[in-house]
Amino acid sequence: MVKKWSERIYLGVIFLFLYLPILVLIGLSFNNSRSRVVWGGFTLKWYASCFTDETITGAFFTTLQITLAAAVISTLIGTLAAIGISAMKRKNRSIMLGATNIPLLNADIVTGISLMLLFVKFMNLGFVTVLIAHITFDIPYVILNVLPKLNQANRSTYEAALDLGASPAYAFYKVTWPEIKPGVFSGFLMAVTMSLDDFSITFFTKGAGVNTLSTMLYTELRKGIRPELYALSTILFLFAFLLLLVMNRRSDKQMTAGSF
Amino acid sequence: MKRKLINLIGITKSYGNNVILDDLNLYIRENEFITLLGPSGCGKTTTLRILGGFETPDKGQVIFDDRDITQLPPNMRDLNTVFQKYALFPHMSIAENIAFGLKIKKKSKAYIEDKIRYALKLVNLEGFEHRSIDSLSGGQQQRIAIARAIVNEPKVLLLDEPLGALDLKLRQEMQYELIRLKNELGITFVYVTHDQEEALTMSDTIVVMNQGYIQQIGTPEMIYNEPVNAFVADFIGDSNIIDGVMIQDKVVEILGTKIPCVDEGFGENTPVDVVIRPEDVEIVAPGEGFMDGVITSVIFKGVHYEIEILANGYEWLADTTQCYTAGTSVGIRVIPFNIQIMNKPESEDEEAAEIDV
Repeated sequence: MVKKWSERIYLGVIFLFLYLPILVLIGLSFNNSRSRVVWGGFTLKWYASCFTDETITGAFFTTLQITLAAAVISTLIGTLAAIGISAMKRKNRSIMLGATNIPLLNADIVTGISLMLLFVKFMNLGFVTVLIAHITFDIPYVILNVLPKLNQANRSTYEAALDLGASPAYAFYKVTWPEIKPGVFSGFLMAVTMSLDDFSITFFTKGAGVNTLSTMLYTELRKGIRPELYALSTILFLFAFLLLLVMNRRSDKQMTAGSF
Repeated sequence: MKRKLINLIGITKSYGNNVILDDLNLYIRENEFITLLGPSGCGKTTTLRILGGFETPDKGQVIFDDRDITQLPPNMRDLNTVFQKYALFPHMSIAENIAFGLKIKKKSKAYIEDKIRYALKLVNLEGFEHRSIDSLSGGQQQRIAIARAIVNEPKVLLLDEPLGALDLKLRQEMQYELIRLKNELGITFVYVTHDQEEALTMSDTIVVMNQGYIQQIGTPEMIYNEPVNAFVADFIGDSNIIDGVMIQDKVVEILGTKIPCVDEGFGENTPVDVVIRPEDVEIVAPGEGFMDGVITSVIFKGVHYEIEILANGYEWLADTTQCYTAGTSVGIRVIPFNIQIMNKPESEDEEAAEIDV
């Protein structure tokens, strides 16, 4: 009995540490007072002004465009790359995997500065450079999601399709694609999450005038804290939370479907 | 004699410095059950993959039905493969799996449905159309893989160790099924295995391969009773392989004892390999055979006992239904007809081929 309770308390403390800051933020976003210590009653007005503020909506649409475009393009490139890598011999495959994983492990700030240095040499920093940067760091996530599915998908099913008279394209579409589809989608969702909450790399590659939500939040906070920003942060958090739920649901489903 | 359907001419294939097949020549007759038999790495699967079109040989030609198909991709070839791990499409039902090839050929719906029913009946899985692949046992999955291949009415069915993943009982059942299928369908089977029992049971012709070379081609009886070299003798069943000297026609000396045999034409005092099958070794009272020895071990194998006898410095292997105890002194006798004399390997290649058993 004591053990059970101590376990629960321990777990509770951990969750408190993890989520209390976010809960405070969410609480404040409904606070009808500009003060951070006084509760002025419940309100939704910060949410309302959040959606009318031009800086915020502008940044929102930029984020949306960059996130979706980067996720789509990196999913395409990453999936093709994974197919290529899985067909390689073992030695080349591990070299290739190592190379694609470097952006994952590298400190964001270093990736950001390197990309910036590269971009200023050839073009003006702006929307396009941010997009290219996002595609760059999204690709490894897609590869990491698709590759296990490809390895799982018995290579001989593809050969079996060819053997039965299918052209290579038809065999891929009918046999390989259904097997890797879940991996491609979770790679896409992962890319969306990564793009959505990236700050450092975006910050270094965006130049003047372009702002995503995270960089906009940062510049606004330096000017002074506005309650609208609490509301915006809450929305961002909820969106990430939602994506996480979707991903977990998908992998749960696969687990049950895969076990026999 | 039946027509030669497939002709492999001078096939050579290597990966990097690793030569898998070296100048392989082989023909396959129409309606034949031919088995490529050998240890792993002997090139049998590569040969099958070259036939299926999944590998292209570095040198040589694949002639199929009087046509050179060496460069033809797998989807254009008139043969179908049953893969080692079944390779069924997991997201499709059994009917969809079987219909895969027929749909590509744009057959009518009624024709496809007929064919599915016919194929399932042939492999004894009637009524399984709408089951999922996951709900099947290994043996059932293998039957579906066979059904999926044969509905396309190929001239040749390639089978790559299709029974490897099944348990002994099921494997034996499937062997009979395969023989029945081959007779009912009248198509050519090219079968790859490392299991000598499978090869002996099912084949019309066995091709024994080792290290990229064909060692012997023949009927199961020929391969078993008259192996051409020590590798074949050792690979097909257990054998006593003893260094000997052919003294003159019909007399061979092994382990310091001259014994009569039926072979002639080896010359005088020629070094040879002598092969004696364990079931041909008769255990008699000491002094009654051509050699005396002591039993060193007795192992019960179900149908028979496997007995080891140490005689003149050689561990003889003998199969007998009678039980002996270890330590008994016995005599060994073999009738001349059961003594198989083989030339020693001449080239270094053949020598090398024998070491890696």
